[in-house]
Amino acid sequence: MLTGHQTWIFPNRPVIRSSAAVGGPYEAKGPLADDFSLLHGDLWVGQDSYEKAERKMMEEACELAIREAGMEKADIQFFLAGDLLNQITPSCFAARTVGVPFLGLYGACSTAMESLALAAQLVDSGAAQRVLCGTASHNAAIEKQFRYPTEYGSQKPPTAQWTVTGAGVAVLTHDGEGPRVTSATIGRIVDMGLSDPFNMGAAMAPAAVDTITAHMRDRAISLHDYDLIATGDLGRVGHPIAVDLLKKHNIDMPYERFTDCGILIYHPDQPQVLAGGSGCGCSATVTYGHILRRMRQGELRKVLIIATGALLSPLSFQQKESIPCIAHAVSIEFA
Amino acid sequence: MSDMLKKKLSPVQQEYQDFAKQREPQRPVLRNVIWAFFVGGTICLFGQLIQDFFLWNFDFTEKTAGNPAVAILILLSVLATAFGVYDHLAQHAGAGTAVPVTGFANSIASAALEHRSEGFVLGVGGNMFKLAGSVIVFGVVAAFVVALIKILLGGT
Repeated sequence: MLTGHQTWIFPNRPVIRSSAAVGGPYEAKGPLADDFSLLHGDLWVGQDSYEKAERKMMEEACELAIREAGMEKADIQFFLAGDLLNQITPSCFAARTVGVPFLGLYGACSTAMESLALAAQLVDSGAAQRVLCGTASHNAAIEKQFRYPTEYGSQKPPTAQWTVTGAGVAVLTHDGEGPRVTSATIGRIVDMGLSDPFNMGAAMAPAAVDTITAHMRDRAISLHDYDLIATGDLGRVGHPIAVDLLKKHNIDMPYERFTDCGILIYHPDQPQVLAGGSGCGCSATVTYGHILRRMRQGELRKVLIIATGALLSPLSFQQKESIPCIAHAVSIEFA
Repeated sequence: MSDMLKKKLSPVQQEYQDFAKQREPQRPVLRNVIWAFFVGGTICLFGQLIQDFFLWNFDFTEKTAGNPAVAILILLSVLATAFGVYDHLAQHAGAGTAVPVTGFANSIASAALEHRSEGFVLGVGGNMFKLAGSVIVFGVVAAFVVALIKILLGGT
């Protein structure tokens, strides 16, 4: 049900029946390692290419989530997924394995919440009863596509972020027990003219702020209702910028409960991650692993996840285009 | 170019970019320069030692001893790339590892490794000069221009 300009309220409150997060070696060394369902010590995940490794992680996450929900693949009615690789091949190939009707999505790193919002809409509207949604990313596969070969010796600036190797998947159902998706705010593109692909946090921060304010306005609620508000992958550079932007616009929110998945997933002193995590897998694994675990344990009651995405391509930034950014927010409650 | 882009920005975009700029960590230029100086210098010193080794122990002249020395540096650089060490060193050393011949070898070896999954012909063959190609192209162009100037000025 549309509320305000760009927010859906889900009166039937679709249930996140189960979720699974699969991670790679760097995530295993991070502070959230225990919240993953499965961790791989090897970046190759036993495959012969990084692209296949990403697909494998996506397939594993789907299988774990379906099994945890006590279902079979055939019980799933729709599968909504996307990732960062060209033509979203890891998602398509994983969909081939799952073998159910599939909708491919692309919202860069915001795909995690884009897929969850759409899955919730399908279930809430009665278009489906059991929907699988998720995303994946793989550090080396993304570096290969968007930047330089992984072993190439280029010096990254301190604003650069580290793409998360991982997959996060959830099963949404119309009934049952579990955290419930209550609303979703679909973001609009915000482009502040930044064009540095090594500084995506600063580029995406205004999109996150735009969606947060839209969510507040459309639902006419106070952000103090939330126990946790987490942006997707602004990192240690973009998140403080978002905080300052919100303060500048006099947005009343609990800043001590405002965090970022890209900051949470790694230790600050982990080598190479620089400004923190990014990628589709970042908000997906942190939400479906860490945040939902805390909700099920009763630590958190209401959370708002704002997944941010930078909609650039390797071609667009070489052609000196700026980076259009987007953010989608989903609120989850567990009574 | 960046000035041209800046001019097209709307006032809101300009204001935000200035706002964000104040909050971004700067590149640690001094630290980077010191690292680059010492790592780059060490690689060159090592190269010199190899060259002297060939000069003293084998039948090489000062001019010809450079060739096996460069070959050994390239071999070591490719090994370091393959074992996944070179990119970690480069994150600290920057230009120190990029400028010597080892950086050139790293750019070719890393691209070749990366695209091995697409096969030897289209993958390795088609992509190994992805990064090094522009160095070769503009190196040759620069050499041509310099040679042209030299001939026009009557040198031989």
